[in-house]
Amino acid sequence: MPYLPTSLPFPSPSRDTSEFWQYCAERCLKFQACGECRIPRHPPAPICPHCQSKLISWIDAPSFGRIFSYTVVFSASHDAVINDLPYNVVLVEFDGMDDLRLVSNVVDAKPDELAIGREVVVVWEMGPNNQLLPRFKLRKTK
Amino acid sequence: MSSRTNTCIAGIGESRYTKWGGIADQSELSLACDAILAAASDAGIPPAAIDGFASFSEDRNEPALLMNALGIDELRFTGMVWGGGGGGSCGAVALAEAAIKSGQANHVIVFRSLCQGQSFRFGQFHPWTDHACFTAPFGMLAPPQMFAPLVRRHMHLYGTQPEHLGEVALSCRAYANRNPRAVMYDQALTMEDYLTSRIIADPLRLYDCCLESDGAAALLVTSMERARDLKCKPVEILAAQQGSRHLWGTGILGGHNMPSNTYASGNAADLSRDLYGRAGVGPENIDVVQLYDAFTGMVLFALEDFGFCKVGESGDYVAGGNLALSGATPCNTSGGILSEAYIHGLNLVVEGVRQMRGDSCSQVSDAKLTLISGGESVTPTSGLILGI
Repeated sequence: MPYLPTSLPFPSPSRDTSEFWQYCAERCLKFQACGECRIPRHPPAPICPHCQSKLISWIDAPSFGRIFSYTVVFSASHDAVINDLPYNVVLVEFDGMDDLRLVSNVVDAKPDELAIGREVVVVWEMGPNNQLLPRFKLRKTK
Repeated sequence: MSSRTNTCIAGIGESRYTKWGGIADQSELSLACDAILAAASDAGIPPAAIDGFASFSEDRNEPALLMNALGIDELRFTGMVWGGGGGGSCGAVALAEAAIKSGQANHVIVFRSLCQGQSFRFGQFHPWTDHACFTAPFGMLAPPQMFAPLVRRHMHLYGTQPEHLGEVALSCRAYANRNPRAVMYDQALTMEDYLTSRIIADPLRLYDCCLESDGAAALLVTSMERARDLKCKPVEILAAQQGSRHLWGTGILGGHNMPSNTYASGNAADLSRDLYGRAGVGPENIDVVQLYDAFTGMVLFALEDFGFCKVGESGDYVAGGNLALSGATPCNTSGGILSEAYIHGLNLVVEGVRQMRGDSCSQVSDAKLTLISGGESVTPTSGLILGI
């Protein structure tokens, strides 16, 4: 069972953002980066905000990320999650990628296990529209 | 004051305010007309003399509908501030000011008509931006889940406590209890009520979240010169402006890729600099504030962004009683959108005008300058300084 129901809405990606999801369908977490200056960005955009190049490349996400912030949701804002409360929403950041973060969830974690700075690794789960979604689990501490 | 726009708010109008779904006998358009006619009457101009409209957040009641309904003689100006989240409430006033100052129009109405009972509840899922595919499948569906991570981050960085947020909720409610128009007029709120209220999106509790309402509000903007011939008491627009910072385009209604070093903020520090600069005043000159309070934490962020306290110190600032009538910055004196009504922040501008006229239910004595903020942490946000 995925962490959240596949009946949640999945607003259609645009021409500029759909390639991210195509990589996800192959279980690849990649971020868009400028094809010239190489600075990564998310969400995907048609032009580099640093050098205005329209050349696009895709780079692999680092092997783990960290929780930048999070919330635990106790009130449903969509009928699809009425039976899934409480659930968490986390923002995941990655070393070496300033100001780039992903909205996601941490699976298999109790609310009190979540903390800003905790390391997480990606897991793949089925989402709405048969789209694989990048979710995360807590990275085992040695 | 070094800079004046020579424009003013000459009239204000409001419909009745209710909980969402409370207005079923009138359309949003009809309510918009009520508020606009009230603002024109308050200013002392005939409705036919209105020649411009400005609004924000995709208000459904567009000028094509209003013009025919109200019998507008000649339409000269329309303007819509892009973006949701109430970011454009003061920005719509800035559009009106620009239209008047440039001579494009003479009497511009700024309005917002919003019946969540007739459209959709803002506490429920809505695809606000093209980035919704990056948030909705993960359960980040509506503003409470979108704003909560910013507050969590503020708590992490600065030690902000639940009681600090509660102080904002209680202060707004106390003002609403003095305002018969307020939806929460007859409902008291204690800190115990606040702390024991159910969690919506941790750390946000029920009373951290604004109302979902039905209602409409309108302002009439004209030149100071024209206002002198009207029956009204004009309130001068000293500065009105929109603002945002690089990367905040993915702010709370988007993908949350704001700059790390300002993430726990309202995205208004640059706007604040410009507003004060144009008005020729500083935070120390402001007598009363109306700060957009879709969530209690937005008031904390605005207090920091607009320089009423240092970054990270807003918790202590509100704990010190500074939002009360006896405090340094009486705040949201009609109850705010937490406790008066959610008219998307335009009711905060109306209350700012009342404070300058000396007409508030919680009047700040001898108030001469007020600062009002639009929805924070979105793009664009906006702000307004009014004076008398």
